Amino acid sequence: MIIGILALQGGFELHEHKLSELRVESRRIIYPKDLNNVQGLIIPGGESSTMLKICNELFFDDLKNFAKLHTVWGICAGAILIAGKVENPNQKSLELIDFSIQRNAYGNQNDSFIAEIKFGFLNDSLRECIFIRAPKIASIGPSVQSLATHNEEIVMIEQTRHLASTFHPELSDNLDFHEYFLKKVKNAV
Amino acid sequence: MNENQSKLNIGLSRMLCGGVIMDVTNKDQAKIAEDAGACSVMALEKIPSDIRRDGGVARMSDPQMILEIKEAVSIPVMAKVRIGHFVEAQILQELGIDFIDESEVLTPADESHHINKREFKSPFVCGATNLGEALRRISEGASMIRTKGEAGTGNIIEGVRHLRTIIRELKMLTLLDECELYAEAKRLQASVELIKEIAITGKLPVPNFAAGGVATPADAGMLMQLGAESVFVGSGIFNSSNPSKFAKAIVEATTYYKDPNKLMEVSRKIGMPMPSLSMESLSERDKLQHRGW
Repeated sequence: MIIGILALQGGFELHEHKLSELRVESRRIIYPKDLNNVQGLIIPGGESSTMLKICNELFFDDLKNFAKLHTVWGICAGAILIAGKVENPNQKSLELIDFSIQRNAYGNQNDSFIAEIKFGFLNDSLRECIFIRAPKIASIGPSVQSLATHNEEIVMIEQTRHLASTFHPELSDNLDFHEYFLKKVKNAV
Repeated sequence: MNENQSKLNIGLSRMLCGGVIMDVTNKDQAKIAEDAGACSVMALEKIPSDIRRDGGVARMSDPQMILEIKEAVSIPVMAKVRIGHFVEAQILQELGIDFIDESEVLTPADESHHINKREFKSPFVCGATNLGEALRRISEGASMIRTKGEAGTGNIIEGVRHLRTIIRELKMLTLLDECELYAEAKRLQASVELIKEIAITGKLPVPNFAAGGVATPADAGMLMQLGAESVFVGSGIFNSSNPSKFAKAIVEATTYYKDPNKLMEVSRKIGMPMPSLSMESLSERDKLQHRGW
């Protein structure tokens, strides 16, 4: 199994470390052709507007086509890229999961924070979650499932094979979220 | 700065990897930079080449000007303070800046001390010309290191020298016996703990970006191929003949730095780079890279 990590800009390298700890092969995706033989895709944190500018129309369509069959996990900026609708400001997105998201909704870097959050798929145990200039999930569609909340804000969701989280599991010392993603990749295949 | 704050601040540095941070002096330039795909902008009143030309004392920019740029873009905004000027840093933190650059481009405020960056919540980036300097800044709490290069010259030779030096010194540490690391810490004037950590990882504990003298997409590609994780462009965008084209080309060159064909494509027909200086035309006392201790 090969997991692709979109590497146009951002925190892609830390996902490589997580996947190698889990003994899973990974590949940086910078051209559409890199998606060949890839079974799942992580869109990492970074600046969503930068990734959009680098990603041309063709590449954008190839990512959409890839997602028709495979699992995609969007993290922070990646969650913005896969949202159904983006606010503050409006921008184009892949529309993989039916939810709307607000960019920089918590404020600037001084408002970035760390919280201990309970996850149902981890038997209600707590995990450290790191939010960096994070977006907020403003609303979710009826077929979208919330996987965790913090102060009543939804921070992780799934819809069929896709996943989105507004925090950065790659910055914390656990592998649980990458394991959960890999399980979804295998189920989709 | 506690352990959690350091995770948040180094975390933001990591999210800026593989990107371009551009100097801008007003909100129109900030929009051009954002539209071209900059992952962050550095708000300052004068770009380095103008600071160099005008002389005098260069200080932190007017907070009002920085706020206007913050309001104009959705990407993180950085701003510069003078080396050692902790009150300028307090002001920028109060203003809600995303990153503070304790920069040799401005006139230093303290002849022997840098800011104690651990007292701040906001993240700091600092310049370095070698590993010892980088590690001293990290000990003081910097969340990102960049090479100094020679700002405002459009000449990449100093940036290349600093980047090669830091990377060579990192590699050398991985080859030494543990008992040799103490002497190496003494030679580099850096913390033994950091030296021991690098002996295992071969990398700085914070991202290592490149800055100083970037004028073309090829310059950005070269620094990335040498091992930089992102590129700062100061005067190179808005002193070129076509800022928007140069900005876009440098962004693409930073992502596709390993692809000569792509680098050729983005380098075509973008106009003239910024007016540049040879190092021979600068006296040692004109070199900004010697500022910092």
